[in-house]
Amino acid sequence: MKHHYEAIIVGAGGAGLYAALEASKTAKTAVLSKLYPVRSHTGTAQGGIGAALGNVEEDRPEWHAFDTIKGGDYLTDQKAAQILVEEAVEAVYHLENLGLPFSRTSEGKIDQRRFGGHTRNFGEAPVRRSCYAADRTGHMILQTLYQQCIKNKVAFFDEFFVLDVLIDGKKCNGVVAMELATGEIHTFQSKAVLFATGGFGRIYRITSNAYASTGDAPAVLARAGVPMEDMEFFQFHPTGIYGMGILITEAVRGEGGVLLNRNGDRLMEEYAPALLDLAPRDLISRAIITEIKKGNGIRGDKKIDDYVYLDATRIGKEVIEKKLPDIAGFCRTYLGIDPAEKPIPVQPTAHYAMGGIPTDIMGRVLASGGGDIYEGLYAAGECACISVHGANRLGTNSLVDLIVYGRRAGAEMARFVKEADFGSMPASADEQARKKINALFTGKKGKSRGDIATRMQEIMMEKVGVFRTGEEMKRAITDIRRIREEFNDVRVEDTGKRFNTELLEVLELENLLDIAYLTAVAAKNRTETRGAHSRMDFPERDDKKWLKHSLIWLDGEKYKIGYRDVDISLYKPKARTY
Amino acid sequence: MKITLKIQRFNKEKDEKPYFQEFELEAEPTDRLLDALMSVVTNLDGSLGLRKSCAHGICGSDAMVINGIERLACKTLIKDVADDNNSAITVEPLRCMPVQKDLMVDQGRFFETYRAVKPFLINEEPADGKERIQTPEERSRFDDATKCILCAACYSSCPVIQEKNPAFIGPAAVVNAARFLFDSRDRGMEERLPVLNDENGVWPCENHFNCTRVCPRDIKVTKNINLTKREIKNYNVQQ
Repeated sequence: MKHHYEAIIVGAGGAGLYAALEASKTAKTAVLSKLYPVRSHTGTAQGGIGAALGNVEEDRPEWHAFDTIKGGDYLTDQKAAQILVEEAVEAVYHLENLGLPFSRTSEGKIDQRRFGGHTRNFGEAPVRRSCYAADRTGHMILQTLYQQCIKNKVAFFDEFFVLDVLIDGKKCNGVVAMELATGEIHTFQSKAVLFATGGFGRIYRITSNAYASTGDAPAVLARAGVPMEDMEFFQFHPTGIYGMGILITEAVRGEGGVLLNRNGDRLMEEYAPALLDLAPRDLISRAIITEIKKGNGIRGDKKIDDYVYLDATRIGKEVIEKKLPDIAGFCRTYLGIDPAEKPIPVQPTAHYAMGGIPTDIMGRVLASGGGDIYEGLYAAGECACISVHGANRLGTNSLVDLIVYGRRAGAEMARFVKEADFGSMPASADEQARKKINALFTGKKGKSRGDIATRMQEIMMEKVGVFRTGEEMKRAITDIRRIREEFNDVRVEDTGKRFNTELLEVLELENLLDIAYLTAVAAKNRTETRGAHSRMDFPERDDKKWLKHSLIWLDGEKYKIGYRDVDISLYKPKARTY
Repeated sequence: MKITLKIQRFNKEKDEKPYFQEFELEAEPTDRLLDALMSVVTNLDGSLGLRKSCAHGICGSDAMVINGIERLACKTLIKDVADDNNSAITVEPLRCMPVQKDLMVDQGRFFETYRAVKPFLINEEPADGKERIQTPEERSRFDDATKCILCAACYSSCPVIQEKNPAFIGPAAVVNAARFLFDSRDRGMEERLPVLNDENGVWPCENHFNCTRVCPRDIKVTKNINLTKREIKNYNVQQ
């Protein structure tokens, strides 16, 4: 089936919906999502959205910008960060005006709380910057934006999975997608496409990410020749529920919770004497793994899957029930404990991709390190790399990114489609997608997809995790190459057309394998330690050689690496201590 | 422990009617039921259809009927529904909605009822570039209703929809109307009244409390419905 829309948006999380609201004001717009509405992963964000409203104490956007840049270990593009923090203030008020039920101060203003790496006066002490709605901020954002899409009658194609992007030269003409309900292949011709498919934490075994976080847009675009930026930077959130990876928000520490080792010591005293438990995530995840390797984990066996305690008992039952009710619920459901009474067993959990599809500050996808763009191709949200998060994202800044840059990209698309024409669409536009699907149903079946997925996740966890070495990553690359080959023999056994969820999962696994490969290769390539990329064999940041973004092109079994300059026009890189 | 999952299967491409299929597998008592179902999908039968995403009770994808009661598979631990003496777990799709395949149901009508109550803030007054002021007390009045994840467990459990009036807009739609009716910033009672005050609006509710019992977000669903009924009565008296 063929469709025509001026603007197509792929993904219905925060970035996609905000872009849809903007674009649909003037352009004929449709949203494609592989999920039902409001199932997107934005809904799981807990702690808040950072904006220097100054509602409870003095705060300024330039402090937020500095924190974001320093938090990103100076790989953040500084003007992009400036836009982020300045527009964050207006965006938060806009969300409130749209109905978002923020928690309130006694004066009735939006309440704000502390979060990791957010400080006053350029690093002096933690500041209350995170605007929150209990510990359900993402849920409220997703609900509010979807409600606005209903109000504005945005067209949705629910449970459509994108298989291919149609790029002719440097111009994007649409996408090819599969409808889950029927198995039918649809072609969407458009003047502009925005990808906002979220993250890809599912390349790792322990992750906070949803089953749906499979890097669909980065993989589809990488296979179409679009470079990926800074793929080596993947954030491990320090506090995932032990063994499960379910996120325990940083807001627990923002409200006064602390990390304890087996001796009952506050472990962060040694690693970040100024900010302690509110240091940025990369630093705390490294501190936890270091403690575990020293034998200070709770089991004390020095094994990488040991854990530490997050002690929320000192926050008090009343504050927990009021400000962290979902966290209390997770602890009761999955651990059988009350966090007001017992410490929470936690371990670092794969959480957020700083890298992804390279874009400029209008959301336009970059074709190279030189600044040239693809016409009509956009990306926003976690799958994009602007880069406002640099080598390590600060807590709350992902929601800020969705809102500010989702909105900017949507507005830019609306402007662009007014003067753009539809590109040509050959009758054979969906041929590649059809071939790929057919191949998955024919021929001899090899390895099982479950086995391949498990091995990929374990390799990435063990060899491309919090601490990395060249030797281990070399092995990871070899192993991932091998299982990518094995994937060629994976077949779908369910031959049905309707709701073939097995086919969907095989296609998602293909995407994950490509992304895991690019992540491992980019990580091995960067021979320094910066932000979330921590090399045991290159323990120092090396600004002379590495103050640059990496770009990686996928070419079947091969790859090509290039670079892009970092914008450091506001703050000169300094040593990063907390 | 060893468990037996007794799962209702139905694929209209090849089955005349639904049937139960049993799968035996090993599971930890602290595993989620979703983990066990995914183990079936990955290792035993890839054709088993179900929806899932966040796997910790927030996205609302995996509501189903487990041992006869609506629950989220990702928020149900094996030990909650099975033990060594009775290790069989029955898993069926949600009720009151057409089965698409196995555990997947068509939530089209459910979302229609949600959209019908105009689940968005209605207020055309200018906001002066800052937040609208709302006290913590005003904010807490509708807090319960903001927790809804639209999983449709309540809708499936409702005896009124099941047995008497399938046209009833159902518990979730009313909760989401209440979410706005009790928000001090909202001005939308008048606009929502035609749907809520309709014979298929709030009134068919008979206080069975099934919705409240099954809500995985612990929303006091029935209470929200009754508060909404009262609000409508008060409003009608005032007019």
